[in-house]
Amino acid sequence: MRIPPKVTQVLAVALLGGATLLTVVVLVFVIVFVLGKGLPEVTWEFLSTNPKDMGRAGGILPTLVGTILLPLLAIAIALPLGVGTAVYLTEYTRETRVTRALRFGTDCLAGIPSIIFGLFGFIFFVVGLKMGWCLLSGGLTLAIMVLPTIIRTSEEAIRAVPKSWREVSFSLGATRWETVLKVVLPNALPGIVTGVMLGIGRSIGETAAVIFTAGSALRMPVSAFDSVRTMSVHFYILAREGISTEKAYATAAVLIISVLLVNLIAYGMMHRFIARRAR
Amino acid sequence: MKLNGEKIVRYALMMVAFSAVASLLLIAVFIFKEGLPFMMKVGVKDFLFASDWDPLGGKFGIYPMIVASLWVTFGAMLIGAPLGVAGAIFLNEFAPRTMMKIVKPTIELLAGIPSVVFGFLGVMVLAPWIRATMGGPGLSVLAASIILGIMVLPTVLSISIDAIAAVPNTYREGALALGATRWQSVHMVTIKAARSGIIASIILAMGRALGETMAVIMVAGNTVKIPHSVTDPVRTLTANIALEMANATGLAREALFATGIVLFVVIMVLNGIALSAIKGKARKK
Repeated sequence: MRIPPKVTQVLAVALLGGATLLTVVVLVFVIVFVLGKGLPEVTWEFLSTNPKDMGRAGGILPTLVGTILLPLLAIAIALPLGVGTAVYLTEYTRETRVTRALRFGTDCLAGIPSIIFGLFGFIFFVVGLKMGWCLLSGGLTLAIMVLPTIIRTSEEAIRAVPKSWREVSFSLGATRWETVLKVVLPNALPGIVTGVMLGIGRSIGETAAVIFTAGSALRMPVSAFDSVRTMSVHFYILAREGISTEKAYATAAVLIISVLLVNLIAYGMMHRFIARRAR
Repeated sequence: MKLNGEKIVRYALMMVAFSAVASLLLIAVFIFKEGLPFMMKVGVKDFLFASDWDPLGGKFGIYPMIVASLWVTFGAMLIGAPLGVAGAIFLNEFAPRTMMKIVKPTIELLAGIPSVVFGFLGVMVLAPWIRATMGGPGLSVLAASIILGIMVLPTVLSISIDAIAAVPNTYREGALALGATRWQSVHMVTIKAARSGIIASIILAMGRALGETMAVIMVAGNTVKIPHSVTDPVRTLTANIALEMANATGLAREALFATGIVLFVVIMVLNGIALSAIKGKARKK
C-alpha cells in the first residue's frame, strides 16, 4: 500500500515542525531553568564581595575581575594578529596556493577542541616558558583559540567594503596601506567588532583551556603573572566539588547573562552592518 | 621613503598572516613532542588496545576510553543530527520567513552557553531522572549523549540551514512544476542538492562532541570501564586528560599527552573531511 503524497506531506511537516519546536524548547529551557534558580541569589553584594570559605559563602568579585581581564588580554593579543592576517589575505595578495593553505590552517585551528589548547598552553607557556599558571599564560592560550574567529569575521567585513571606495582612494594618490587605514578598516569596523565580541563570548565561557593555563587561584589578581579564576572555572569547581549548589546556580546565572549579552551585542553589530551594506 | 614604508608594511602583514598556521604547527609539535616518545616506549598497539589504565602501576591502556568516546559521540549524533537537520529543513522550507528570522539567531545565541552550564544541568536534572527511570548511577553514556546532543544542535542547525538555503530556487520550482508536493520536492531534490553541506555540519558536530571535555566530565561518571549498556558510567579520552592533568607527573603526564595525540589526529581528520566537503561544494558552483 502506498501512502498518498498529500499525507506524507502533512506527516513530514508535523514531524519536522515538532523537531524544531523540541530544539527551541530544550535550549530555552536551559536558560530559563538556570536563571530561575540562580537569579534570586544574585545581589549587588554577591557581585561586589570576596568569596569566603572556598566560595561556600560570600560573593564572586575576584572571578568577575578575572572574567573581564582574561578575555580582554586574549583579544588585545589576537586582534592585531587577526586583523593583520585578514588585511593581508584580502588586500595584499591574490588567491594562491599559499592563501588557500593559510585559510585551511585557520579553519583547522578553529576545530581544535579546547582541552588540546589547554594541554598546549600548559606545556608551552606554563611549563616550557616557565610563566606558571597566570593571567598571561591564559591570555596567550585564549588568544590562539579566538584567532580563527577574528580572522574569519574581519575577512568577511573587509570584503564587504565596496571595491570602488578603494579605487577612489587610490585615484587620490593614497598608497595601499593608507587606503587600508583610512578607507577599508574604518568601514569594516562593525564587522571586526562582531568578531571581537564573539571571541570575548567564547573566552568567557571557556573552562578546559583556562583551568590548565590561568590556574584557579581564588584571589584578586594584581599582576599579569598572578593566577586568576574566571567565573566559568569557579562555577565548575563549585559544581564539581559540591561546594555550594546555590552559589553555583547564582554564578551560572551571572555567567549566562554575561555571555548572552556579549553575543547579543555581536549579532546586533552584525545586523546593523549588513543592513547598512544592503542600502 | 614612502615606497619603503609600504614594503615594510607588506612584509610585516605577511608575517602576521602566518600566525594562525604557525600556532597550529606549534600546537601539533608540542603535543607530539610530549606524547610521541611515550607512545613509542609503550608501543602504539598496547597503548591503544590494552584495557588497563593505572598510571601509578605503570599500565597505560586507553582502549576503554576510546570505546567510551565513540559511544558518547555516536549517541550525541543520534540525538543532535536528526533534530538539527530536521530543524534546518523545517525553517528553510516550511516555516514562514519571520519564524526563521527569530529562531536562527536565537539558536546561534544559545550556542554561546558555556559547556559547564550544560554539564551542570545534566547533573542536576538529567542524571537523577535517568537514575529513577532506568536504574544505574545516572551519570552515564546516555546522560553524556543527551547533553552533547543538545550542545551540538546549534552547529548542525546553523550550517545545515546555510547549506539548504544555498540550493537554487529553480531546483525547487522545477520539482513543484512536475507536480511534486512540497515534501517530495524537499526530500527528492533539495536535500540531495544540499547533501554535502548537511554531512559537513554533522561531521563538524561530531568533532565538537568528541572534543568536548567539561560537560562530559560532569555527566559521564568517569569510570574507566568498557560500557555494556547506555546506563553505565564511562570515562572519555577528553575527560581522562582533564581529570588526571592536575596531579600527573613524569610518565603519567606523557601518557595524557599521548591521549591528546589520539584526539588531535582524529579531530583533524574529521575536520579535514568536513572542510573539503564544504569547499568542494563551493568550488563546483
